[in-house]
Parts: sequence; C-alpha cells; structure tokens
Amino acid sequence: MNTKNIDRIIDKHQGTADSLIQVLLGIQSEYQWLPKAALERVGERLQVPMSRIQHIATFYKAFSLVPKGRHQVHICMGTACHVRGAPRILDMMRDLTGISPGETDQELKFSLETVNCIGCCALGPVVEIDGKVHGKISTAETADILEQYK
Amino acid sequence: MSKVHLTIDGKKVAAKEGMTILEAAQSVSVSIPTLCHQAKLAPYGGCRLCMVELDMGDWTRFVVSCVYTVEKDLVVTTRSEKLDSVRRNILELLLAHAPDSPKLAELAEEYGADRNRYEQDASFCIHCGLCVRYCAEVVGKHAVGFIDRGIRKEISFIPEIAAKECNECKECFPLCPTSYLQAAFVLAESLVFPKEVSESASKK
Repeated sequence: MNTKNIDRIIDKHQGTADSLIQVLLGIQSEYQWLPKAALERVGERLQVPMSRIQHIATFYKAFSLVPKGRHQVHICMGTACHVRGAPRILDMMRDLTGISPGETDQELKFSLETVNCIGCCALGPVVEIDGKVHGKISTAETADILEQYK
Repeated sequence: MSKVHLTIDGKKVAAKEGMTILEAAQSVSVSIPTLCHQAKLAPYGGCRLCMVELDMGDWTRFVVSCVYTVEKDLVVTTRSEKLDSVRRNILELLLAHAPDSPKLAELAEEYGADRNRYEQDASFCIHCGLCVRYCAEVVGKHAVGFIDRGIRKEISFIPEIAAKECNECKECFPLCPTSYLQAAFVLAESLVFPKEVSESASKK
C-alpha cells in the first residue's frame, strides 16, 4: 500500500467528506480490505474523524478491516437453494478450501461467505464467485469450479 | 422571529420558530422524560422516551418531542395512558440491557416498568449516544465512536486519541445513564494504552 495510490482514489471522488463511502469502496475493491494506514490517510484528506470512519467501516458488510482473499466466494443459503442442497455445497466448500464462512485461507486465495439470497432462486443451489454466478451446481462440480480460480 | 402558538397539556405556549416540542415544554416547566437528550447537543431522537401525543382532531399521533419542531396550533399531551404504556415498554426493553442503572430504575418506578419482563441480556450500553455526541460536538476530540450495527452495536474508544485526551477530560463520564462508558474506558485503557507502560515509556 502506498499513500500515492490512496490519494489517487481520494482524488477520483473530489476529496470531500461526503464521498467517504465511495472512497472506502474504492480502497476496498483495490486491496480487498481497508488497511489502517489507508483509513488514516482518508481521515486526514477528507477531514473526517477516525471514529466516524470506524463506524462506517464496521457498519457495512462490504467493508473488511482484515485482509480478504483474491476470490470472494458467496454461497447462497436462501430457502430455494437450501432445499436444493446448499448445506451440502457449503460442506464441500469447507472441505476444499479448509475455511468456514467469514474466514480467509492462509494463501489469501479464497474468502468464504454465506449469503441469504442472491435473487436467482430458479438457478439454485447458487454459488457466486467474484460476481460470477454459478447455478444449479452439484457437490461433484464444486471442485471443478474452484479449479478455475487461481 | 415570529412566535408559534401551541398548547401543551392545556397550557398556552408561545414558542420560537424552529424550537422542538421538548424545548417548548421545558420553557413552561412541563416535564417530559428523556434519556438521550442533552441541551448542549443536537437533537438525536435515540431513546424515544420523550414521545408525546398530538391531537389531530378525530385521531391522535405519536411523535418524538426532542426532534419534532413546533407547529402552529398543535395540541400536545405529554402524559396519557397510551403514552405511559409506550414509555413503560421502552423502559422494559432498556432494563433488559442495563437492569441496575439508577436513572432507568427511577423512571421505571414512575411508569411501573417491570425490569424482568424481557429476558435479561446485560450489555449495559443503551445506545443513547451521549458520550459519542458529546465528544464530537462539545469537546471536538472524537475519541469515542460507535462500531458495528444492530444488536452488535457498541461504543469503542479510538486508542490513539483516547490515550492522549481522555485522562484529562472525562467530561462524558457523568452523562452515561448506565456507567457502561466508564467500564468501557477502563477496559480500553488496560488493553491498549496501559498507564504504567505509557509512563515508563515517557521517562526513557
């Protein structure tokens, strides 16, 4: 992380206090998390106190204060996916990645998260990886899908 | 500035434009119970205890008096059976979190709230935001803030700021209705900026 890069993200959003969330989203998508030094720089540049940044960074689930993996795996646990076998997919994911929902593996490859509904129930069970939706998957296919992500 | 005329508990009140119902009531010494209100701070509307009833003709409306600004010809009731039940319920929910707070106990007695009505989950903080807002608006140090949301919401000291500013100030301590703030401060102090360490470090 370097200050120049953070400044570039801040400048993209006019650098005013009301663009705080946009700036944080920008940092989050570039680094997959919000490093403390970055938050301090944001507070300094946007003139927002750290208590406020901390409140917002912990309020929204989109932000993370710990490093996340390169690939975000979201397993849908909604009703439709649940009855079509989402718990089995989740167990398989656990075995393959060695991590539980909310965790990140040591190589920073995958972060696993369960979600309540992605909104495409006809495709259940659904797993979303880096924004790409994999529908109607079986436990056997799970390993093949993860293989595509390095 | 023009005056706004309204009635509070049968008393005629001439309030300044932009005043809240609560301030207007206080100006004619009608008391409305509050927890999160503080004259020095901007209206917050967090505890909902200052709820009052507005007469709308054939129906009544419940509004939070600390954030509702006065309007012409309002007819306000500050105590009724329905209001008592609203306040009782709010107090019972708060008492589940801070059963032994003296301030809550006093109000509970007045409104007949049962501290055991809801299962107790002593988290002590009732999210009135007095410490957070006082530090931000009056002291201007922003040493304490909220983190997380919903049932996990809690206050959190910013160690770098708290270590420098809080020991000399502590102005927010008497504001806390449950004493949780003091506990949180001692905990934060012992975990992230212990006294002995910072003192011996400064001697070196």
